[in-house]
Amino acid sequence: MYPPKFDYYRANSLSEAFSLMQEHGGAKVIAGGHSLIPSLKLRLADPGALIDIGRIGELKGITANGNSTRIGALTTHAIVAAAKNLPQGLTEAAGWIGDPQVRNRGTVGGNIAHADPASDLPTVFTALGATINLTGPGGERSVAAQDFFTGLFETALQEGELVSSIDVPTNGGGSAYAKLFNPASRYAVVGCAAQVKVENGVCSAASVAVGGLTSHATKANAVEAALLGKPLNEATIAAAAAQISQDLGDDVMGDLHASADYRRSIAPIYVAQALTAAASRAG
Amino acid sequence: MTTRYFGQPIKRNEDPRLLTGQALFTDDVHLPNMLHVAFLRSDYAHAHIRSINVSAAQAIPGVVAIYTADDLGDYWRPGPLLVPPPPVKDLIFNPRMQVPLAKNKVRHVGEPIVVIVAESRYIAEDAAQQIFVDFEPLPAVVDIEKALAPDAPVIHPDLAHNLNAHVIQRKGDYAAIRDQAAVLIKRRFLYDRGTAAAMENRGIVADWDAKNEQLTMWDTTQAPIPIRNGIAAMLGLSERQVRVVAPFIGGGFGPKIMMFYPEEVLLPWISMRLNRPVKWIEDRSENFYATTQERGQVHEAEIALTRDGRVLGIHDLFLHDAGAYAPYGLTVALNSQCTLLGQYDVPHYYSEFKAVFTNKPIVTPYRGAGRQHGVFVMERLLDIAAKELGIDRVEIRRRNLIPPEKFPYNNEIIYQDFAPLIYDSGNYAPALDKALALIDYTNFIQTEQPRLRAEGKLVGLGLVTYVEGTGIGPYEGAKVTIETSGRVSVATGIGTQGQGHYTVFAQVVAEQLGVNVENVRLVTGDTAEFYWGAGTFASRGAVVAGNAIHAAAVKVRQKILKRASEDLEAAEEDLELVDGTVRVKGSPSTAIKLGELAARLNPLRGAVKPGAEPGLEATDYFGPERGATASGVHAMIVEVDPETMQVEIKKYIAVHDCGVVINPMILEGQIQGGVAQGIGNAFYEQLIFDENGQLLNASFMDYLLPTADTVPRVEMDHVETRSPLNPLGIKGAGEAGAIPVGPLFAQAVEDALIGYNIEILEIPLSPNRLFELVLEPQQGS
Repeated sequence: MYPPKFDYYRANSLSEAFSLMQEHGGAKVIAGGHSLIPSLKLRLADPGALIDIGRIGELKGITANGNSTRIGALTTHAIVAAAKNLPQGLTEAAGWIGDPQVRNRGTVGGNIAHADPASDLPTVFTALGATINLTGPGGERSVAAQDFFTGLFETALQEGELVSSIDVPTNGGGSAYAKLFNPASRYAVVGCAAQVKVENGVCSAASVAVGGLTSHATKANAVEAALLGKPLNEATIAAAAAQISQDLGDDVMGDLHASADYRRSIAPIYVAQALTAAASRAG
Repeated sequence: MTTRYFGQPIKRNEDPRLLTGQALFTDDVHLPNMLHVAFLRSDYAHAHIRSINVSAAQAIPGVVAIYTADDLGDYWRPGPLLVPPPPVKDLIFNPRMQVPLAKNKVRHVGEPIVVIVAESRYIAEDAAQQIFVDFEPLPAVVDIEKALAPDAPVIHPDLAHNLNAHVIQRKGDYAAIRDQAAVLIKRRFLYDRGTAAAMENRGIVADWDAKNEQLTMWDTTQAPIPIRNGIAAMLGLSERQVRVVAPFIGGGFGPKIMMFYPEEVLLPWISMRLNRPVKWIEDRSENFYATTQERGQVHEAEIALTRDGRVLGIHDLFLHDAGAYAPYGLTVALNSQCTLLGQYDVPHYYSEFKAVFTNKPIVTPYRGAGRQHGVFVMERLLDIAAKELGIDRVEIRRRNLIPPEKFPYNNEIIYQDFAPLIYDSGNYAPALDKALALIDYTNFIQTEQPRLRAEGKLVGLGLVTYVEGTGIGPYEGAKVTIETSGRVSVATGIGTQGQGHYTVFAQVVAEQLGVNVENVRLVTGDTAEFYWGAGTFASRGAVVAGNAIHAAAVKVRQKILKRASEDLEAAEEDLELVDGTVRVKGSPSTAIKLGELAARLNPLRGAVKPGAEPGLEATDYFGPERGATASGVHAMIVEVDPETMQVEIKKYIAVHDCGVVINPMILEGQIQGGVAQGIGNAFYEQLIFDENGQLLNASFMDYLLPTADTVPRVEMDHVETRSPLNPLGIKGAGEAGAIPVGPLFAQAVEDALIGYNIEILEIPLSPNRLFELVLEPQQGS
């Protein structure tokens, strides 16, 4: 549990970060360090140099802007969990990450850039239709969350790019997050984020994503389709949640704690839980 | 009115030091010029070592020395056999002990091969990565049921097979009564491996002082005196030249009594060779491989009963996983064999086990030390029998309890201390009754459970009994001194790992000497302070060291009374010891402070009477003729989520009998902690090895421990049945909490899942495993 030798550089601005990144090929960018430091200590990573972006002020904070709120990449989970102007599905998911120490150090940007398949925030951002803003030496670009997470620990980030912020729509309706957590890590064994709108007593919009089941956060299109135009009650929600097996197909992964069969079997429970809570918040 | 100290829930003397971070742990020892040690450990469970190349590592700046097995010369030798086999007829025993560094062959993942000494641990770890070992991998023995197959790879080539031991013990004649049984029930039971996961890993600092020719070793051991004796012998030093200090230790649980760990053998040798202090602190990754583990057994057991539920006999064949080496003899398997019969009056017992070598880390006792396996088999057999016979599970237990008039009760087999397994005392029915009251058994079964089930809630109750053999010999000793300040110092040889020794031993002394508990200062685990002893294990600290301290305190009390009788001109029986003074009963002003009395007995000038001993000090020893048997009943109520198979413990109660209680608060802490470990063992913790002997979950990200939010507060009650085997009448309590939780969990969950018709015959469980068990009958497998 002793990391290999590395050089440490602190970037005080984005431009400084980019020049350090260019200067030190193979260096790893560190913010909260919650995924990187364990892998250094296990000597699974040996990047030679770390570039600390943790003090770059322009990447911090939460700013409301009309129907969208921007979360700086370096904002901690604890600050997101306590925020008032974000969808409830996001704040409750942030509040269930790890433990207080993890939430006080871990950052939203680091979390999604790492793209652990069992991580909560990729699922939530996918369901909420968030936009991930990336910045690199060549400028900024934006990617829909749904397209950002591309595989197991894989994202649309290009070499030399950083996550700068996440734009979260705040007019999407009621939202919620539900998960079964691993008792050690608190990562999701199965996690589901849902957002619904109800007009004239029926569901007019639904967006659902699940995590922990496949290589990356998965949009649950079949579940969504089954909700549209329906009144949201126990029966319709259960019927829609059952559609998650369509969305998952044969891609469900198992591990030491939960087999693929077990995960597939309990997935509808958490889809239904998230939908029920989201519906109750849809006003 | 004299104050009572013994039996009171007195706050712990050691807590201010621990809670303010002032207590010394091994890693707190920082010495000038100290070097740091890392180990290159095997990545393979089973392989030949063709060659080792350390040249690149040696070239790294800051690397001071690198040693392989060949560099150790004559110092390289297998460790001693700690516990010889018991005197059981026709016993087969093939001891094979761990070595300081693997030579030619590795036998488990994590076995040390090379030791690196450097100016910092970081450099030492970097160097370890630059050492190249050419391995020739061999097929590994992982599954204990395949270890004895004719084609199994052989782990110790000087044996033709992997048999560590074969032991048969008999009581009565099971074969003869089998035909008379109305019911025979036979099942196969599995109990898998876990790790103790002490909060503090192991660690050693060794410091050779060449000018004084004195070796000091700080070691997270439960047995500093045997470590001192062994290290002195290995290094060719006098025992007086070696001081071993076991400072505060963050949890022992048994693995820290294993000896000698390779690191314990190597660090003093390195310090002497380099003439510098050296430190090694085990990290958590190492702990998963390099610290001993426990629990792997497979039982094929049969119970024979009469129609009315009387147990006629038990027949049990089991395999025990010894791991790659077996330095601890047969303790764990013997405990399984000797604890299975539990609180029950069973006339016929046939128990046969084979301990087998596997390519997994070494197995030595871990809290419970094999007892849980026996309890699991017996309690599960009774549960199944109760169902088959249509008898209430409490009733079938009650019918078979050893009645109070049968104590001392002879089980007619040999226990781990090589003495006959005779329960010293017990009174089991009152504990069962108290447990039924605490869990509200009748109301739950008749009213609550049906009501909750009608609401669709899967609630179940478990109730099991157990015994715990505790307080075994050989002996411990203690020295009690009253200083001229009036403070009392006590030294004993055992180590302390959080049990509350500083308080309970002070209470034992205070009771005799009439001093405040806070005025009694205890030293444990420092061989410079007390020379003789064995160590902290087998729930024996309070029983054996406690009675030695009691005996020494009684001697000091006698010295006080004798001198005070002269000085106060009063008969000894008219004196009392109160508030740090000795005084005449009914005349509190006719008193002498104990410190003053101690000073009078240690004059600076003048003559003393011939034969006088200075001061108020005494040393005494205690060795019980055999162990004292504690007992208890645990019960719990669980709710199982029918969809996720998550289990929530709604209520947990324990009724415990460990004889006379010294400090009920500390006792309850012991039980609570044991139950937490038992819950981990039952539902969270499992070391998962693949077919190559690789451990797949060697971190706390993947090895699940029970956490504060999943462990309930245990409601407790006590029964006090004195042990006749020691003057204080006490029995041990250290392991009790952990022992019965496996079968308790199984029974309660099975009860909750009654409609699913499953039998739980394995530990540990998990939501995922319950999900599979529930699906199996549906899939017709």
